[in-house]
Amino acid sequence: MQVKRLIIYLVLFCLAILMLMPFAWMVLSSLKEEDEVFTYEMTWLPSKITFSGYYRALTEQPFLRYGLNSLFVAGIITCAQLITGVLAGYAFARLQFPGRNVIFLGYLVAMMIPSQATIIPAYILIRKMGLIDTYAGLTLPFLAGPFAAFMMRQFFLSMPVSLEEAAIIDGCSRMQVLSRIVLPLSKPALASLGLFTFMGAWNDFMWPLIIINRDIMRTLQVGLSLMRADLYPDWPMMMAASVMATAPIIVAFLLAQKQFIQSMIFTGVKY
Amino acid sequence: MRVKWNRLGNEQTKTAILALLPSLIIFCVFTVYPIFYSLYLSFFNASLLSPKRTFVGFANYANLLQNPTFQRAVTNTVYYTLGVVPIGVALSLLVAVLLNSNLRLQSFFRAAFFAPVITSMVAVSIVWTWMLEPNYGLINGLLARIGISGPGWLTDPAWAMPSVILLSIWKNLGFNMVIFLAGLQNIPKEVMESADLDGVNPWQRLVHVTVPMMRGPIGFAVIVSVIKSMQVFGQIYVMTGGGPANATMVIVYYLYQQAFEFYRSGYASAVAWVLFAAIFVLTLLQNRLLKDEI
Repeated sequence: MQVKRLIIYLVLFCLAILMLMPFAWMVLSSLKEEDEVFTYEMTWLPSKITFSGYYRALTEQPFLRYGLNSLFVAGIITCAQLITGVLAGYAFARLQFPGRNVIFLGYLVAMMIPSQATIIPAYILIRKMGLIDTYAGLTLPFLAGPFAAFMMRQFFLSMPVSLEEAAIIDGCSRMQVLSRIVLPLSKPALASLGLFTFMGAWNDFMWPLIIINRDIMRTLQVGLSLMRADLYPDWPMMMAASVMATAPIIVAFLLAQKQFIQSMIFTGVKY
Repeated sequence: MRVKWNRLGNEQTKTAILALLPSLIIFCVFTVYPIFYSLYLSFFNASLLSPKRTFVGFANYANLLQNPTFQRAVTNTVYYTLGVVPIGVALSLLVAVLLNSNLRLQSFFRAAFFAPVITSMVAVSIVWTWMLEPNYGLINGLLARIGISGPGWLTDPAWAMPSVILLSIWKNLGFNMVIFLAGLQNIPKEVMESADLDGVNPWQRLVHVTVPMMRGPIGFAVIVSVIKSMQVFGQIYVMTGGGPANATMVIVYYLYQQAFEFYRSGYASAVAWVLFAAIFVLTLLQNRLLKDEI
């Protein structure tokens, strides 16, 4: 029995080391001098720890601006998706109105549409609106989504109606019921949806890639991908940039591991 | 009384419409309209650079199916999917089973396997490009220590796709793992215990007890992974740009190139619809599977 456990630990440790190796390589490379990476013998550790890669990443291109753009865009999208998702989900779950089932079916079908299938018309539309190279162009198509409405509807349906009925008899309006009774009880679902939406928006790549031409409007992912195009790659700088682009999400993940995993399982239906 | 109910009903409709409106507007403008408009565009010879377009019927679809690069993109996407899905799902099932045996450090292991899932595809693709760099990268450096001279992973047409597959397996392992961990929790303890009492070895237990009990989660993970694989883009864009010599040209990269580098919006819309149809069928299959399980 003991031997068996030991083997399991050993296998898991080896696999975990393989999984973490790219991260270790990224961090260690980011601390090397620009030309130190070009040594004939590969070495793990930098001979002298330097932050010059970080300095170059932040000064040679508007990397900080990319980061702020990403933060702003992902923040707006997350807030908007929470609001529109809650409102639409509540309407689907609790309110009677003509056409409810048809519209909901439309939402369900729409979840099967891959984003690439709509990207060309969406691009043409944004261009017609004159929103190329703007925050509005980056965020507008994602201010609401069928998935957010679907997820919140499922959550509301799992809640007992009795509390809401009591409040309505006491004279509360529907919106008061939603904001005072339903929302305080929905924190776990809101956290899952928020986390998932933020992560998706932060890591999104194809849309900002096609909608942005001006350098200072680029998001982190697009800015990163263009560094790669350099003919003489400055690897320590690119690794430093990658560290800065991944660190916020990794730190958040370490702080709230359970919620992250929960939200991925919960939202796994989407893909 | 009746009048009052009617009034209430109307008010509910009003509230509902107001609540639904923001979501519905975005939905109609950026999902419903685009999906039909892209179908419409796919029957035209259209360019993103000029407003002129001519109706060509099914010509885009016919050209598409005969185009060698598109054919290459389809076979490569299938190659990629066959590389990522079976190995990725099997490996993550193995890790989940090992992790499920009541270990200390479980949350450390789980975090280690899950971390790649949440990091951005662009960032990890850059890191892997550097790892796979032929002269100074980590992989060939490690291989050199044991006397093997590694290939130019991303520049050799034979190795480029396997490299991308390796990255993708690493990136998605944790996602399937948490699905399987959740599924394993649902297997009754008695089943496992009685298997142990019958003296089966761990391998037999995995094949004859765990896998059959996990049919639902495995089916789900397989279909989700296939759908994701068909949409592969970020790692291709960053690591290979579809090359060398189209060795990693996949469907979505082809679509991106046709639409946003060559501006052929009509032709690219046909690509989009072919992709959409394939994914739609797979998703229906997935829903069928899910329904069977719940």
